[in-house]
Amino acid sequence: MSDLFEILFTAGFWAATIRIVSPLIFGTLGELICERAGVLNLGIEGIMTVGAMAGWMWVYQGGDLWTGVIFAACVGALFGLLHAIFTVHLCLSQHVTGIGITLFGSSLSYFIYRMLLPDATTPPKIEPFEPLLIPWFSELPIVGEALFSQTALTYLALLTVPVVWYVLFRTPVGLAVRMSGENPVAVEAQGINVLAVRTGAVMVGSALMAVGGAFITMSWFDAFYFGMINGRGWICVALVIFASWQPGKALLGALLFAGLEAMQVRAQQSAGAIIPYQFFLMLPYIMSIVAMIVMARKTKYPQALLVPFRRGERV
Amino acid sequence: MAAAPILEFRGVTKRFGALTANDNISLTLNQGEVLALLGENGAGKTTLMNILFGHYQADEGEILVDGEALPPGSTQAAISAGIGMVHQHFTLADNLTVLENITVGTESLWSWRQENQANREKLTRMIEDYGLVVDPDALVSTLSVGERQRVEILKALYRDARILILDEPTAVLTPQEADRLFETLKSITAKGLAVIFISHKLHEILAISTKVAVLRRGSIVGTLATKDAKREQLAELMVGRVVTRPKLSAIKRGAPVLEISDLTTGGGGSSALKNVDLVIHAHEIVGIAGVAGNGQAVLADILSGLIGNFTGSASINGRELAAGDPRSIVASGVGRIPEDRHARGMIGDMEIWENLISEDLRSSEISYGGMVINGDRARERATEQIKEFDVRCEGPEAETKLLSGGNMQKLILSRALSRNPSFILANQPVRGLDEGAIAYVQGRLLEARQAGAAILLISEDLDELMSLTDRIAVIYHGSLSLPEPPGKRSIAEIGLMMAGQTQNKSEELQGVGHGH
Repeated sequence: MSDLFEILFTAGFWAATIRIVSPLIFGTLGELICERAGVLNLGIEGIMTVGAMAGWMWVYQGGDLWTGVIFAACVGALFGLLHAIFTVHLCLSQHVTGIGITLFGSSLSYFIYRMLLPDATTPPKIEPFEPLLIPWFSELPIVGEALFSQTALTYLALLTVPVVWYVLFRTPVGLAVRMSGENPVAVEAQGINVLAVRTGAVMVGSALMAVGGAFITMSWFDAFYFGMINGRGWICVALVIFASWQPGKALLGALLFAGLEAMQVRAQQSAGAIIPYQFFLMLPYIMSIVAMIVMARKTKYPQALLVPFRRGERV
Repeated sequence: MAAAPILEFRGVTKRFGALTANDNISLTLNQGEVLALLGENGAGKTTLMNILFGHYQADEGEILVDGEALPPGSTQAAISAGIGMVHQHFTLADNLTVLENITVGTESLWSWRQENQANREKLTRMIEDYGLVVDPDALVSTLSVGERQRVEILKALYRDARILILDEPTAVLTPQEADRLFETLKSITAKGLAVIFISHKLHEILAISTKVAVLRRGSIVGTLATKDAKREQLAELMVGRVVTRPKLSAIKRGAPVLEISDLTTGGGGSSALKNVDLVIHAHEIVGIAGVAGNGQAVLADILSGLIGNFTGSASINGRELAAGDPRSIVASGVGRIPEDRHARGMIGDMEIWENLISEDLRSSEISYGGMVINGDRARERATEQIKEFDVRCEGPEAETKLLSGGNMQKLILSRALSRNPSFILANQPVRGLDEGAIAYVQGRLLEARQAGAAILLISEDLDELMSLTDRIAVIYHGSLSLPEPPGKRSIAEIGLMMAGQTQNKSEELQGVGHGH
C-alpha cells in the first residue's frame, strides 16, 4: 500500500499520466462535440486508428510532423463526413453506423499499412515529436517534469479543452450545436440548417479523434502497431457520459483514468509477484465503471441524442 | 381604401401522396387583424401554416408578404420576411436557458462571440413592452407551460415578426392562462402586428379574432368577419353538417363501485398523489379536471394496474384493487381507455383482431386451454366488434396503425366495453378526434352509464366535463378536490382551482357549514 503512495510522489508517474491523458482528451472532446450536436459517434475507435496510421504514415513517407497532424485531422474529418452522411442525412442507426465505421476504419488502416509496407517485420520507426521544455517552468520539481516537459501535441491537447468550452458555450455556432442536440426542430424553426450543423460538428469531432490517434504514433510512440488504440475510443465514449457533456469535467475524468492507468503499470512492477498483473490491467476499467455509477446517475443527456432529424416530416 | 394586405395566399395547394392537404387556398391578412383559421383535425390548418413558415413547399400557388413573393421552402426567408410561428408542440430546448433559446440563430454563426449583454437588454425590454413575464436565465425545463408559450412568442417577436402564427395555442393552457394570452395578443395587434390564430374551439375564435376562415378537408369553405359570425354557423361550416353532442340524462345513481381512500404515491413532484379520496357510483360519470402533469396520469396508471406502488386503498365493487396487476384489474371489471391511443391503447404494427383480443388472451372463448389462440374465432369476434362499433377499416386483418384516430378510439372502446365493465377509466377519450367521432365516443360512454357503469372521465376540456359528467373534481399537484356537480362551480372557478388558487377541502366544508 505504501508503495502506491510513493508512486504518487514520483514525477515519472505524473509525467506518464499527462502523456496518457492527451489522446483521451482529443478523443473525448471529439466525441463530446458530436454528441452535443445529437450524434453518437461510435466510429471513434476506428477513426483514432485511422488517425494513428495516417499521421504516422505521412511522416514515414517524408512529410513533417505538423502537416502529418493536419493530414490525420483531415482524414478523420472525412470519416466524420461518412458517418454524418449515413446518420444525419440518411437517418440510419447511429449505433450500427458507428460500429461499422470503427470496423472499416481499423481494417482499412491495417490494410493500407500492409499494402505500403508488405515486407516490414518490425514496425518501422519515425522521428516523433520531441519534448518541448518550457523555459524556467520545466525546472520546477515534479510539476516541471509532469507538465512542462511534454511534447507540443500534449500542450495542444490541454489547450483544446478551454477552446472547445469557449466555442460551445460562448459563440453563436456553439449554441446552434448544443441546440441541435437538444431540439433540432427548434433550430430549424430559427432558420438554421440542422443537417449542416450536425454534419459540421461530426466532422470537427472526428478530426479531433483522429488527432488523438495520431498522438499515439507520433508523440507517445514512434511506430504504428496493430491494435494499438486498444479500446481507448470506447473509454472516450464512457468519459463523455462521465463528464455530463462538459469539457472541463471531461478533462477531469480523462485525468482520473490516465492516472489509474499510469498507476497500474507501476503497481504491476512493485506488486507483480503477489498479485497477478491482469488484475492491475483491469483496475482502470473497474474504477471507470465505479466512477460512472457514482458520477453519472443524475446526468442530463442531450435530449435529441440519437434522434435523427428529417426536414419537412409531419410531426 | 385600406392599406395593401400584409400577407396574401394565392391558390396554395399541397399534396401528400394521394391526400390533398391544402386545395387552392386563397386568403388575405391585414395589419392589426387577427385571422382565425378554424377547422377540424386534418383539415389542413397546420399544413398551410407550415407552408407559410417554409417547413413545407407548396405544390402550386404562391404566398405574398407586403406584395412580394415569399421564397418557398425556406424558414430563413419566412423569418426575415417577418413571419413568426408558435408551434403547437413547443420547439424549445429544455436544458438551455430562455435567453439561449431565444437568441439561437439571431447572430451570425461565424461570429467569435455572442453579444450577450445587448441580447439580454433587448429581451428584457421586450418582456416589459409586451408584459410577457419570464426570467431570461431560467432553464426552460423549470418553466410552466404558460411561461414556455411566452418564450415561444418572445422568440418570434425578438426576430421582429410582424405576422405571428399561433397553432392551437390554448390547447395546453388553463382558462386563466388563455385569457392572459388573449390580452397579450390584443397588445400585440395594437402595435400593428397581424396574428393568425389556429383553433377548433369556437368560443375562443369568437372572442379573439376579427376574421374567420373555415377549412374543411383542405379547402376554405367560408371566410367571414367575426362580428357577423354565429357559433352554430361556424360549427356547421367546420364539420359540414349539424352535429349535436350527446347530453347527460337524469338518472338515479346506484351503489358505490370505485372507492378510493387516502391514495398517496411517493416520489414527490407535482404529479405524486396526495391523500386522494374518491367514490364513483353505478350510473355515474365523475370528471377530473386539471392541467397535465398534476397527478391525473398517475391516478390513471394505478387504476389501470401500471403502477402498484402506493399507499391507501382502492377497491372496485368492494374488492381491493389488484395493485400493479393489469390482468386481474381487467378481470375484476375495469374497462380502460388510455390517454395515448398510439403508445398505450393499440399496437400499431399488429392487426386489428390481435389488438382486440389482447385483454383476454386466456379466455376459453378465443383460446384452447389458455395456451393456443383460436385465430378463426378471434377474427370472427373482431369482425362483429368492427361492425357493432362502426369502425371504418378493411377488415379484422388490417394493420392497426393505418386507422384514423377516431376509428382507433372506436376499437379501444369496443375492446373495453364488450366486457361490460362495471368501472370505466376514460382518460382523454376524445382528445384529437373530430366532431363526429367525439359525439360517437361520448354517446357510447353515456350508454354505458345508462347500463350501470361507473365512469371516471379525465379531461383537459372543461366544456366536455361540464356537459358530460355528474360531478367534477379538480386535481392540482396531486391533491383532488371534492367532486361537485357541474352547476355548482363556474368554468372560471374551476380554472382557478386548476391553477392551484383554491380554498382547501376543510375551508370548503366550513363554507357548507355556514350555509346551514
